[in-house]
Amino acid sequence: MTFVPPSIDWAALAPIVIVLGAAVVGVLIEAFVKDAVRRMVQVILAVVALGAALVTVAWRWTVVQAQGPAELVGGAIVEDTPALMAQGVVLICAFLGMLVIADRVGGEDGFTPVAAGAPGSTYEAQARRLGLVQTEVYPLVLFSVGGMLVFPAASDLLTLFIALEVLSLPLYLLAGLARRRRLLSQEASLKYFLLGAFSSAFFLMGLALLYGYSGSVRFADLAAAVPAMVGMDVVLLAGVVLVLVGLLFKVGAVPFHSWVPDVYQGSPTSITGFMAACTKIAAFAALVRFLYAVVPGLTWDLSPLLWTIAILTMIVGTVLAIVQTDIKRMLAYSSVAHAGFVLLGVIALTSSGISSVMFYLLVYGVATVGAFGLVTLVRERDAEGNVTGEATRVEQWAGLGRRHPVLAVCFTLFLLSFAGIPLTAGFVGKFTVFAAAVEGGAWPLVVIAVLASAAAAFFYVRMIVLMFFTDPDQDAGSTVVRTEGTTAIAVAVCAVATVVLGVVPTPILSLTSEATKFML
Amino acid sequence: MTLVHYLVLSGILFSIGAVTVLVRRNALVAFMGVELMLNAANLMLVTFARMHGDLHGQVIAFFVMVVAAAEVVIGLAIIVSIHRTRGSASLDDANLLKN
Repeated sequence: MTFVPPSIDWAALAPIVIVLGAAVVGVLIEAFVKDAVRRMVQVILAVVALGAALVTVAWRWTVVQAQGPAELVGGAIVEDTPALMAQGVVLICAFLGMLVIADRVGGEDGFTPVAAGAPGSTYEAQARRLGLVQTEVYPLVLFSVGGMLVFPAASDLLTLFIALEVLSLPLYLLAGLARRRRLLSQEASLKYFLLGAFSSAFFLMGLALLYGYSGSVRFADLAAAVPAMVGMDVVLLAGVVLVLVGLLFKVGAVPFHSWVPDVYQGSPTSITGFMAACTKIAAFAALVRFLYAVVPGLTWDLSPLLWTIAILTMIVGTVLAIVQTDIKRMLAYSSVAHAGFVLLGVIALTSSGISSVMFYLLVYGVATVGAFGLVTLVRERDAEGNVTGEATRVEQWAGLGRRHPVLAVCFTLFLLSFAGIPLTAGFVGKFTVFAAAVEGGAWPLVVIAVLASAAAAFFYVRMIVLMFFTDPDQDAGSTVVRTEGTTAIAVAVCAVATVVLGVVPTPILSLTSEATKFML
Repeated sequence: MTLVHYLVLSGILFSIGAVTVLVRRNALVAFMGVELMLNAANLMLVTFARMHGDLHGQVIAFFVMVVAAAEVVIGLAIIVSIHRTRGSASLDDANLLKN
């Protein structure tokens, strides 16, 4: 028996290698670089790595356009246009998210000085006094982004499973690192971890069943085995459904959404923005590849399930968002509703469905990072006038538009984009997704989606009215803190992107429409 | 004893694990339920590998073990930090995030 070494095209793997390599270097920096400069070094490394990976993805896009898609690492990963498009969108949102994460808003970053110290302990107080900084955040984010880059490009179920864990495990930890309200943060971390591990166990069981059905975990072999369905179709269907459960959990679709509001509310806000945008993009890209390329023959068997989930997701997300009084929780439920809208494009099962999903995810991602970035800036004051945690109760935002017009206008812009008002990116995103769904014959879903959007507009507009036309509550005492500048840059970029994608979407739409050919 | 028995056993173990996660109120016990589910999947992978007569399933089981080990590291870190804060690992006590 001879060992045949696989040929590895390192140039094609460059985006993944850059991000994961920078993460490993970041761990070494933790060990070897002095406290005084460590944070600065980590931030620069992380931002440069994400930027370089983005440039590399753009370069690979041109290569794939010229030479066609390719299999990498013996077929475990593919390089095709949908994978590169998803990676590009993930990297854009991760880059903007990293700018928010790195900002020391109001003179301190959003992370606890010692995650190991119990909240309120003398150990924690000491660490706070000494000004310790938990800079492990940056390598953890990079590891997570690395998983997100592999996720849309994975070409077998095992790679998909490993990528799922690589993107999830750092996020479980990051959720528990908030500087303020640490009890909430730890609780969010625990819930995210237990439910995440639970869902990945389902995913794994689905993997095992599909392996049993087809004798392989390769997407190409699976796709070849599906049409030959005789007798063992229970195994096949159960396997496909369990894998879908794992993916839909990451997406945050109802009934697998119960973690979303708790985790989004409890996590450090900058991390919430990053994970709300990037996890959803990566998971939807993998979901689309799985449904379109691996099991297209099962459309008839799966469509009742997918239709039910899409309807429930849109309705539950919208209705529960209306009754929320916490702004992070409201945005969390709104992101559940958005997952329902994206599912419309997924269900369409047309090539315009894929491109509309990609466009929607870009639009949703930039608006989400921007909105959560702004939430980090609005703070509470205690009785002595000290600035404390974030003012997340909705009524604390009353009258913000008069005192801080720029901030309020940007937030309004993101809310209008979420609501899908014309001349914002959200409108074009919704329009393309709905058009794809109609083309795919899912018009009853579109009717429900339009009604849900109309209902959702209610709480977005209520928020806008509150900011601009309501007198500020004197007791609430919210204030806006200064940024170091990076959050401002990120929010500005997000706001400009939201307007530009809404007014002249054609270039990006034509780009996403090229990202429709899956390779197995 | 045919190989199908192993598949049935793995299904039973998986169900026990899932019920444990949903019913038990201690974070550590719930986490053990997750581990049981992962190992049930491992048993199924190895059985199918035997049925198909190829090694992929067995190799995947090793990957799963490594992932499970990584998950234990992260999970225990989170549960221990919660336990230090509250003095208990009960999931019913962790209820601040509710409306």
